[in-house]
Amino acid sequence: MTVTSVHKDPEALSMTFTAEFPAPVERVWQIWEDPRQLERWWGPPTWPATFDEHDVTVGGGSAYYMTGPEGEKARGWWRFTLVEAPNRLEFDDGFADDDGKQLPDPAPVHCVVTLEATAEGTRMVTASTFSSAEHLEQMVNMGMEEGMREAMGQIDAILAGS
Amino acid sequence: MFHALADSTRRDIIGRVLRAEQSVSELARRYEMSFAAVQKHVAVLERAALVRKQRRGREQIVHGNADTLRKAARLLDRYEQLWRHRAQAISDILSEDSGKSEKRTDK
Repeated sequence: MTVTSVHKDPEALSMTFTAEFPAPVERVWQIWEDPRQLERWWGPPTWPATFDEHDVTVGGGSAYYMTGPEGEKARGWWRFTLVEAPNRLEFDDGFADDDGKQLPDPAPVHCVVTLEATAEGTRMVTASTFSSAEHLEQMVNMGMEEGMREAMGQIDAILAGS
Repeated sequence: MFHALADSTRRDIIGRVLRAEQSVSELARRYEMSFAAVQKHVAVLERAALVRKQRRGREQIVHGNADTLRKAARLLDRYEQLWRHRAQAISDILSEDSGKSEKRTDK
């Protein structure tokens, strides 16, 4: 695996991340489509993800949670807006409450995934656009030991306010 | 919601208001779009705390929020680390395939 480029745009609150893998496009598509494979890599370090639902169709979606080092759970959801197997996937990714109900705030992050065949395998480009710095902050605080308490505080605050 | 064109307009708006405050009507004159459309872009930027809006008489004055941009840059650095971790984890999963079929070639 090689990370070939990372483009960060603070003004648009977006990041485009490009990596290459020595495997065919169809194989890399599986790591997104198969929830058992997806949950092995989606969660940040120390916050493994579990996907209860994963319906990769336009209008379909996913329900998942990530489990922190002290057993705390952070729930999230995906809603697919475009599915073109095995080359393109677009979805919104947001936070959910304890019952799995979608939380409108912070607004979801929009992800566009492109898988492209290369001579050596697959180029995977993921473009993520956040609607607020607060959402980005909650996302990166998870899995960061020093930011963990802060992140949980924020999630508690959201849950308390819902 | 975040089309490329819309992004470039917003980027342009942020660039201008970081250099000097501008009223919404001043901004609207600079783009080939309606006052309402520019106002909408400013509202999106305001929700993201990238700009601040202030009423002065009949004008709405827009200021850039440099603190948010600096914070966003720091957060994106950490988000990059998350994706580096994910790419490595994906790579580990994919390499199990070659292990099973024993076709692994060390490139």
